[in-house]
Amino acid sequence: MSIYLNKDSKIIVQGITGGMGAKHTALMLDSGAQIVGGVNARKAGTTVSHKDHDGNDVELPVFGTVKEAMAETGADVSVLFVPPAFTKDACVEAIDAEIPLIVVITEGVPVQDTAEVWSYLQGKKTRMIGPNCPGIITPGESLAGITPHTIAGKGPVGLVSKSGTLTYQMMYELRDFGFSTAIGIGGDPIVGTTHIDALQAFEDDPETKVIVMIGEIGGDAEERAAEYIKANITKPVVGYVAGFTAPEGKTMGHAGAIVSGSAGTAAAKQEALEAVGVKVGKTPSATAELAREILQSL
Amino acid sequence: MDLMEYQAKQLFAKHGVATTLGVVVETAEAAKAAAEEMGGVTVVKAQVKAGGRGKAGGVKLAKTPDEAFEHASNILGMEIKGLTVNRVLVTPATPPEEEYYFSFLLDRSNRQYLCIASVEGGVEIEEVAKTNPDAVKKIAIDPGVGVDAEKARAIATEAAFPEPVFEQAVEMIEKLFKVFVEEDATLVEVNPLARLAGDRLEALDGKVSLDDNASEVRHPDHEQFEIREEADALESKAKDLGLNYVKLDGQVGIIGNGAGLVMSTLDVVAYAGEKHGGVKPANFLDIGGGANAQVMANGLDVILNDEQVKSVFVNVFGGITACDEVANGIVGALELLGGAATKPLVVRLDGNNVELGRQILNEANHPLVTLVDTMDGAADKAAELANA
Repeated sequence: MSIYLNKDSKIIVQGITGGMGAKHTALMLDSGAQIVGGVNARKAGTTVSHKDHDGNDVELPVFGTVKEAMAETGADVSVLFVPPAFTKDACVEAIDAEIPLIVVITEGVPVQDTAEVWSYLQGKKTRMIGPNCPGIITPGESLAGITPHTIAGKGPVGLVSKSGTLTYQMMYELRDFGFSTAIGIGGDPIVGTTHIDALQAFEDDPETKVIVMIGEIGGDAEERAAEYIKANITKPVVGYVAGFTAPEGKTMGHAGAIVSGSAGTAAAKQEALEAVGVKVGKTPSATAELAREILQSL
Repeated sequence: MDLMEYQAKQLFAKHGVATTLGVVVETAEAAKAAAEEMGGVTVVKAQVKAGGRGKAGGVKLAKTPDEAFEHASNILGMEIKGLTVNRVLVTPATPPEEEYYFSFLLDRSNRQYLCIASVEGGVEIEEVAKTNPDAVKKIAIDPGVGVDAEKARAIATEAAFPEPVFEQAVEMIEKLFKVFVEEDATLVEVNPLARLAGDRLEALDGKVSLDDNASEVRHPDHEQFEIREEADALESKAKDLGLNYVKLDGQVGIIGNGAGLVMSTLDVVAYAGEKHGGVKPANFLDIGGGANAQVMANGLDVILNDEQVKSVFVNVFGGITACDEVANGIVGALELLGGAATKPLVVRLDGNNVELGRQILNEANHPLVTLVDTMDGAADKAAELANA
């Protein structure tokens, strides 16, 4: 078991012919994920050449629309590598096609575009992960995104994080245990899947024994997650928050990572999490150690 | 990007929101000339990206051009919340008969837009929110629907704008939403929204924050609002080099890949610094995924030009980027910089091709480079070197 993504997931890539799209299509195939095709309206009817997990040549069909790609391949996941100016339209197209999951890797999407997509998504059948995220990996089964599949294997840890490289770092720290699923929800002010969504999904996933949650400065997602954990999550949760040294008013790399006045500080987030019994590590390695102690006691 | 008052007012005027632009000047003489031109009583207002300008003495009424000169002399060069005032806005004084508050903003938590309006006082809105929260109306806006004339009317009704200015309020709300959407703002605030003599509604002060992503994608004209002279010289240089850099007040230069990991690195260095004379991280610098020699050299170049920096911590997790490429980047960067590289570098590499990466650095055996296996250990070493 896992969350949102498993070995049966059939993945298409919107933007499969672009530089990022091509590079990561190759890496996703290498991980063993079922990539079944791509979308580019201007190159419909062509194919792109790649190698699969076993080194065999594969020709992936390029379709004109998501709808067509789904009809032809049975795809149920789309990974988006389209440029920020076109991300909104690409998301709307995928939502209209009723694909169950879209994973938006693109960085630099205007936040009002994401807000409009989020509004459009209400009542529809699609879940969105991202934008500005590393995507999701269920080790040994599937990868929809850019997380390196070689860091860690399958195991009992469920990981949810805003940041890509901190996801990689934490997977590396706990590679001796492995992960049910690791999901990077993205560092933008508005994202489609939140810490809370992932926490509930991990709670419902029998394979996940311990949840590691990584947050960072900005917004109040971690505080809200803390409230949610108190009311709904019975599995042990270990937390980490990045950005204790960030000054007020400076954006720390992610569009959403900014301390505004007294809101969004790392200290406030740590306090909120600890108040509901979440053990919070001071550094990534200390956080991994807390998770390790719990895993060893199970 | 946060705009100054005069810039916000330019955007208001562009979209037909009633406001008085005034004149922006950088000298007291020019302030006097502007006041003479306007005649009558004027207001001299400090232009900095900070609230509380009035309380800090940065906003003054001038009855005569000479008074405008005097106030401008005092205000120019003044520091408000750590920001130096380099320009003042001179406008005709228009005493409000009533003050209201109005804003549109991005509501992150609820993933929508929010309108906040109050007819009970403008400038003291935070006080009103505490003592009389019912007087501050919060109205959710669906980003997929927006604000049309009908919605604007509903907002004006809920906020209870008084009858003599009601229709003007409806019109202004619709136009302010245009500013919010068409300029891709995350905040459009009018405070105070003033009822002037003759029941005229006008935006007396304004605050606008623009979404940098959107400015990059579809608003090339927003570049005009960037005032480079006020940016830190190193931040300015980093921006020219396309680097994601924020200058901080500390001694350990930081280079890493990925925003989250770099933020975390700053924290780990700060903790390590507690044991080494209180040294702190000197900057945030995310070189992103492709850490090739040129990007690494650019990053090191910026950091080594920071006179406060005593040591540098390069913290890279090879995800997509392989560690051997990063190691080659570091070696190449040191060659590119030659004699300009003078400060000790502590390097921690992990992840993809880590063995090969470490081998490259070991073989290069550069006298300035120390390789440490773990992030915590490397932070400790970098802090120790910065305190030497």
